[in-house]
Amino acid sequence: MRRLPFFALALISAPAFAADMALTVEIPTLKVAEYHRPYVAVWIERDDHSVAANLAVWYDVKKADGEGTKWLKDMRQWWRRSGREQTMPIDGVSGATRPAGQHRLRFADGKPPLGTLAPGHYELVVEAAREVGGHETLRIPFDWPAKAPVHLGAKGEQELGQIDLDLNP
Amino acid sequence: MKHVLVRAALCAALVLPAAAQAHKMWMVPSATVVSGDDAWVTVDAAVSNDLYYPDHFPAQLDQLAITAPDGSAVKAENPWTGKYRSTFDLPVPQKGTYRIALVNQGLFASYELEGKKQRWRGKADELKTGIPAGASDVQVSEMASRVETFVTQGKPGGDALKPTGKGLELVPVTQPNDLVTGEKATFRLLLDGKPAPNLKVVAIAGATRYRDSQDEMDTTTDADGTFAFTFPKAGMYWVNASTEDGKTSVKEAKRRRVAYTATLEVLPE
Repeated sequence: MRRLPFFALALISAPAFAADMALTVEIPTLKVAEYHRPYVAVWIERDDHSVAANLAVWYDVKKADGEGTKWLKDMRQWWRRSGREQTMPIDGVSGATRPAGQHRLRFADGKPPLGTLAPGHYELVVEAAREVGGHETLRIPFDWPAKAPVHLGAKGEQELGQIDLDLNP
Repeated sequence: MKHVLVRAALCAALVLPAAAQAHKMWMVPSATVVSGDDAWVTVDAAVSNDLYYPDHFPAQLDQLAITAPDGSAVKAENPWTGKYRSTFDLPVPQKGTYRIALVNQGLFASYELEGKKQRWRGKADELKTGIPAGASDVQVSEMASRVETFVTQGKPGGDALKPTGKGLELVPVTQPNDLVTGEKATFRLLLDGKPAPNLKVVAIAGATRYRDSQDEMDTTTDADGTFAFTFPKAGMYWVNASTEDGKTSVKEAKRRRVAYTATLEVLPE
């Protein structure tokens, strides 16, 4: 067998060692008179509710003078656990609000925003708050790292649709 | 028959505890947890029977003392006093907790003049001119009350909640803008800067108009002045304690009545 150059070997072996998680967040289509896109926060909590990683914060980043930050506190669990400690925007985490539909996100162990997650039991939390609308929080418990590919999910009733979490060892 | 009913009602009124009849003084902020750098809140302040419906008397805004997280005094914007309520706005640009207080210090007096019972209330330096020369049976008591609410921009903290050492004051163990349903919220009461033990503390949820009973919760401070509530539902809560002692600041007054009231917002988990 021909020996692969060192860089090629690195390319091949990297994914094999890095556990990752694939997340799908569905924002439902709502038939309401006044629709605003929801503010959504996605994070990972330890058993004591401390935040292990902020994965995504979608808010109105385009409003003049950072006015969108005024409503960040409406994601009240995220705000209490983590948001109020942050300086917005958070690099690689915060972004614009998303339209209705399925949004796929992928996170790799050791890389921001997931970082290196110590082995243990966690909860993935997705919280949505919508102007002139409702509020909903979904939690998906999981063990990290996964020993085999794991598919987990939760289904919202109002402000969130299907949430899928796929963990790969 | 009618006489009997009237008499029964009067008797009932006489035996009711004083607190049940007393009007409640309060402030309610439009929000207690705010985010963003240009946040404002607007506050209603009134004296009423029901929480939080201004239907009796407006609070007097000359008693207003607002402290920013850095400890500095802040002036209310757009102050206005109407028939039933006062209102003002407050910009909250600093990160941390703001303390909004109505601080009332004064004297009450009762006396007899020409065979009639009279009442007087005012400040200590007005006492001599306030009570006529011919008055007899003059009884003076001192009143120190503090009515508060709190607003936090970003993370709770700062110097605003440092006790002044005068009257009854609340010291947070749990931050007052960090309250959620089902979690124990712990505070300490200080009297003149020292732990206030064995005081009854009452908590009543707002929106009393929409339920049949007051649903009053109560507890007692321990030796350290500490008390705790676990609030069952989200909403604004009126938390109150009062006591009496002989530590007056003017020699004419024999008794001092001290009271503390806070409006605390409890958010859903």
